[in-house]
Amino acid sequence: MQIGSELVSYLEALGRIELSDDERVKCEKDLQDILSYIDTLNELDTSNVEPLSHSFPVTNVFHEDEVKTSADRELLLSNAPHQKDGCFKVPKTVE
Amino acid sequence: MSIDFLKMTALELAKKIQCGEIKVRDAVDAVYNSIDNYDSTYNCYISTCKEQAYKKADEVQAKIDSGNIASPLAGVPVSVKDNICTKGITTTCASKILENFKPTYNATVVERMEAADMIIVGKLNMDEFAMGSTTETSHFGATNNPWDINRVPGGSSGGAAASVAASEAVISLGSDTGGSVRQPCSFCGVTGLKPTYGSVSRYGLVAFASSLDPNGPVAKDVADCAALFEIISGKDAKDGTSMEFPKFDFSKVLDGDVKGKKIGIPSDYLGEGISPDVKDAILNAANELQKLGATVEEFPMPIVKYAIPTYYIIACAEACSNLSRYDGVKYGYSSPVAENLKETYIKSRSEGFGMEVKRRIMLGNFVLSSGYYDAYYKKALQAKKLIQASFFEAFEKYDMLLGPVAPTTALKKGESLSDPLKMYLGDIYTVMINIAGLPAVCVPCGFDSNNLPIGLQLIGKPFDETTIMQTALGFQKATDFVKNPELIKGAAK
Repeated sequence: MQIGSELVSYLEALGRIELSDDERVKCEKDLQDILSYIDTLNELDTSNVEPLSHSFPVTNVFHEDEVKTSADRELLLSNAPHQKDGCFKVPKTVE
Repeated sequence: MSIDFLKMTALELAKKIQCGEIKVRDAVDAVYNSIDNYDSTYNCYISTCKEQAYKKADEVQAKIDSGNIASPLAGVPVSVKDNICTKGITTTCASKILENFKPTYNATVVERMEAADMIIVGKLNMDEFAMGSTTETSHFGATNNPWDINRVPGGSSGGAAASVAASEAVISLGSDTGGSVRQPCSFCGVTGLKPTYGSVSRYGLVAFASSLDPNGPVAKDVADCAALFEIISGKDAKDGTSMEFPKFDFSKVLDGDVKGKKIGIPSDYLGEGISPDVKDAILNAANELQKLGATVEEFPMPIVKYAIPTYYIIACAEACSNLSRYDGVKYGYSSPVAENLKETYIKSRSEGFGMEVKRRIMLGNFVLSSGYYDAYYKKALQAKKLIQASFFEAFEKYDMLLGPVAPTTALKKGESLSDPLKMYLGDIYTVMINIAGLPAVCVPCGFDSNNLPIGLQLIGKPFDETTIMQTALGFQKATDFVKNPELIKGAAK
């Protein structure tokens, strides 16, 4: 797999990250090294192997639908960088 | 108070506290004095929480004085990795993006330690978001190895392992997503347990790779680890992936009986890349276990060479999803120069995350992106199935497997930062265990020519921590590899 600067920019956009020019050059090289190594996995025959997501079988976990007090609003908002009138505040999103 | 308290194991200290010989407050004082003396040298802690600790110490003392002993570790100070949520106490994940984050709730493991009357004294340094194997990617500076301050303590639970080695903690709690408890324990000469996936609740552990992450104890010896594991383990309704299993009973490991145990050594764990000193120490440990009555034999496990690609695909894929929550809106760092919502996301994340975290987010987005998903992510999940099957096949013949934790002893600082792939390759013997969800214990088993500790790992069947810890304890009783490094006092903080 060949990594190019276009792919690096695409991955920045997907992850909502912006690298500096220096970081981008270094990152391209590092990702190339890592992916070239990761490509050794292609040697492993996985035909007809079922992908395994959970290490051990898990089933849906249900609980009774009881009304309980959840976290305190003010307390939760105390970590917010910006808040107003008991809500998270963000820059204007609609013109 | 005397630092000699801190040369005791947690269980020894607990005994003296519970019979009234040592006051809980004095034990807490001893830890803080040691931190004052040594943390400017080793940088194990990101923060301490004296006010809460002394308040809890007084409560616990009152209970002990009235004859109420909540657990075998009641009264013991414990230090916690800074990716484990502690209510009202800053939990940073060693990242700028969570620098001022105060959780509004406790992780289940914290609730359980508090219910066991343990005293949380501080939060430990780590690689940023547990992404790294050296504790050098911390926003709060690297932790130094107590055996040689020019070397890394390992990671990501480097603060947890170094604090126990440097007697800045009696016992610690780390997390192990791909070796993050075991590898620093190996580098720092202490004992650590990576429990079976699902045996310890992940509720309140800041998510990195959810299918791989459990919390695990770091301590001076196996008995301490077993005692803490008994406290933190067990099903939790708040973690849907935590499992029902027979309650672990730490007293069952204490006889250290090794007789008749069947141990397999994957020969691919002793192959290319392992340092000769590490290989010798591992083979000597195998001999020792044989002398104690175990049967030991080598067997091939060729799938080892695919462990790292599989791990990094799965871990990065999960990390990029988990870390999408850091948006500069609800909590954490928010860029002061963002002018619209998209910029709030991009600038907060770009300014808030370090390079290793960004790299893993990008790698994760790559393996999940359309066009590459089948070739990478799905392929890795298939490899995961084959890796687990290889272990299960081995467990038809053996009770447990034995091998090194890491191919080398502690590396010099800076070596890994310049070459991330090289750092990833050092995880070869640990990541497979996380992929398969198995338990593994790391115990010191020797020293190399530079007097740096070497760690042995015993890998067990799912939910059979008892067998590996019993064997590890037998090994520890018969050998003398648990040592204290010569500490260097720093300028008081």
